[in-house]
Amino acid sequence: QKVSVEVLDHLEHLALVDFRDLEGVERLQKAIQFADQLHEVNTDGVEPMDSVLEDRCLYLREDDVTEGNCTKELMENAREKVEEYFVAPPGNIPLPKLEERETFLPGS
Amino acid sequence: LAPWVPVVGLEIHAQISSNSKLFSGSQVQFAAPPNSLVSFFDASLPGTLPVLNRRCVEAAVMTGLALNCSINKKSLFDRKHYFYADLPAGYQITQQRVPIAVNGSLSYSLCIDNKMSQMVTKTVRIKQIQLEQDSGKSLHDDTRSQTLVDLNRAGVGLMEVVMEPDMCCGEEAAAAVRELQLILQTLGSSQAVMAEGQLRVDANVSVHHPGEPYGVRTEVKNINSIRFLAKAVDYEIQRQIEELENGGTILNETRAFDSKLGCTVPMRDKEGKQDYRFMPEPNLPPLILYDAKSLPANMNHQQVINIDWIHERLPDLPSVKREKLVEQYGILPEHSFTLLNEDGLAEFFESVVKHTQMKPKKVIGWVLNDLLSYLKQHSLTVKESPVSSFLLADLLNLLEKKEISSTAAKQVLAELWKGEGKTPLEIVKEQKLELLQDQKELEQICQAVIDGQENE
Repeated sequence: QKVSVEVLDHLEHLALVDFRDLEGVERLQKAIQFADQLHEVNTDGVEPMDSVLEDRCLYLREDDVTEGNCTKELMENAREKVEEYFVAPPGNIPLPKLEERETFLPGS
Repeated sequence: LAPWVPVVGLEIHAQISSNSKLFSGSQVQFAAPPNSLVSFFDASLPGTLPVLNRRCVEAAVMTGLALNCSINKKSLFDRKHYFYADLPAGYQITQQRVPIAVNGSLSYSLCIDNKMSQMVTKTVRIKQIQLEQDSGKSLHDDTRSQTLVDLNRAGVGLMEVVMEPDMCCGEEAAAAVRELQLILQTLGSSQAVMAEGQLRVDANVSVHHPGEPYGVRTEVKNINSIRFLAKAVDYEIQRQIEELENGGTILNETRAFDSKLGCTVPMRDKEGKQDYRFMPEPNLPPLILYDAKSLPANMNHQQVINIDWIHERLPDLPSVKREKLVEQYGILPEHSFTLLNEDGLAEFFESVVKHTQMKPKKVIGWVLNDLLSYLKQHSLTVKESPVSSFLLADLLNLLEKKEISSTAAKQVLAELWKGEGKTPLEIVKEQKLELLQDQKELEQICQAVIDGQENE
């Protein structure tokens, strides 16, 4: 079962990844097939595990102010700043539609 | 034309009242220099990890209990992914699979036909309460085509309260939110001041014909006050009805309320259905809460949250306070509703009652009719009142002892509003408002008047 162009396009929009070429898509295909092997295991009546930390104690911190106040250091990471604000584009810049962007995916 | 049934549900985000953030130790404070209350974790710098704040969990448990919820002894954290400049990690840590509290209810009162004397109680089901992070703030600079981002708010703890679509109009939505606000303020779990963004409400609105399935719903955001909430909901209901009656369709979209125009408009950046790619938060084990029965023997107290301990220490909720006021002072339910609806008014009333011989049933009239209407006229809060509870009590004592008439009392009150520091007694003497009690003196005055008449 192949991954459809619609799904690939959807993934590129959501995750901003670029499958770049056929090899990239085939690698994705193989990864899905590999993971699908999990379906062969009978898990009836077994609680899913979503973290190996599930038996660990979740540490609770006291409500004290212990961090912050490091504007100068944080701003060193900013390419652009305006009076200690980070600067970003006016809104999300969506990935152009399939027909309008350069991608090897069929439809562009 | 077939009748329409509007359906209104609410998603309310209440900022938790705590010193530090949900998963980091940076301070929670409104209006601080930009990016000064930001830790490395809040800025999503690599190598940082979330550490859960105990106080935030307690706030959520208190709120869940006050809203009659079942508290989940095991709840989980998840990541909700979307891209936005004020969400540096690219995801928000929330509780999508198993939230901390579920299946509660909230009762609120409404006046029928705007008459205070006819109040009806309604209930809305609470679907769930979940803990989640707040995002930073985006300031849109349209002239320079850029957005300025301040992460001071990023990571502040939120309780999202989801109300089922049991409401049918703006008035009900507003009343439900007002009651929730009072409850949160009583608990102290959130200060819930809408103007400071501590309480944000999104409304889900749809309409359908009776007996038919629910219609397509829209989400309305950018509602900044309880008054605007009622307006936004009612506008959206009307808009949908008109659209459908004209043969149009309703899009499942997100709309923003424009308070200047009084209408809802489609929101940018929200086109198309979002896919949040929820996944378990790998850095946080399940949150386990205990009660008296399940309390572990050998655990550090600081690491244990006991639901029963919290339950025992819940303060009186507004509904209970109202009943107590009615019982203790013999006032009407609508009176106690108003007393609790104004910040500080109940305490003011009780203080006056304490310092005067006048019966509470009579005092309430002076507090609700004279004092409150004056405050409203001049947009003052109870705390800003130039007439203190002691001054009013002094005045009412003069009235009760029949040293002045009711009319004179109102005159004195009018003088007291000026806040010139005079006592009621001083004003009475100044304006000669004392009631004459002396029989002889009264006879002399009457005789003089009669004599005066005879001479004409």
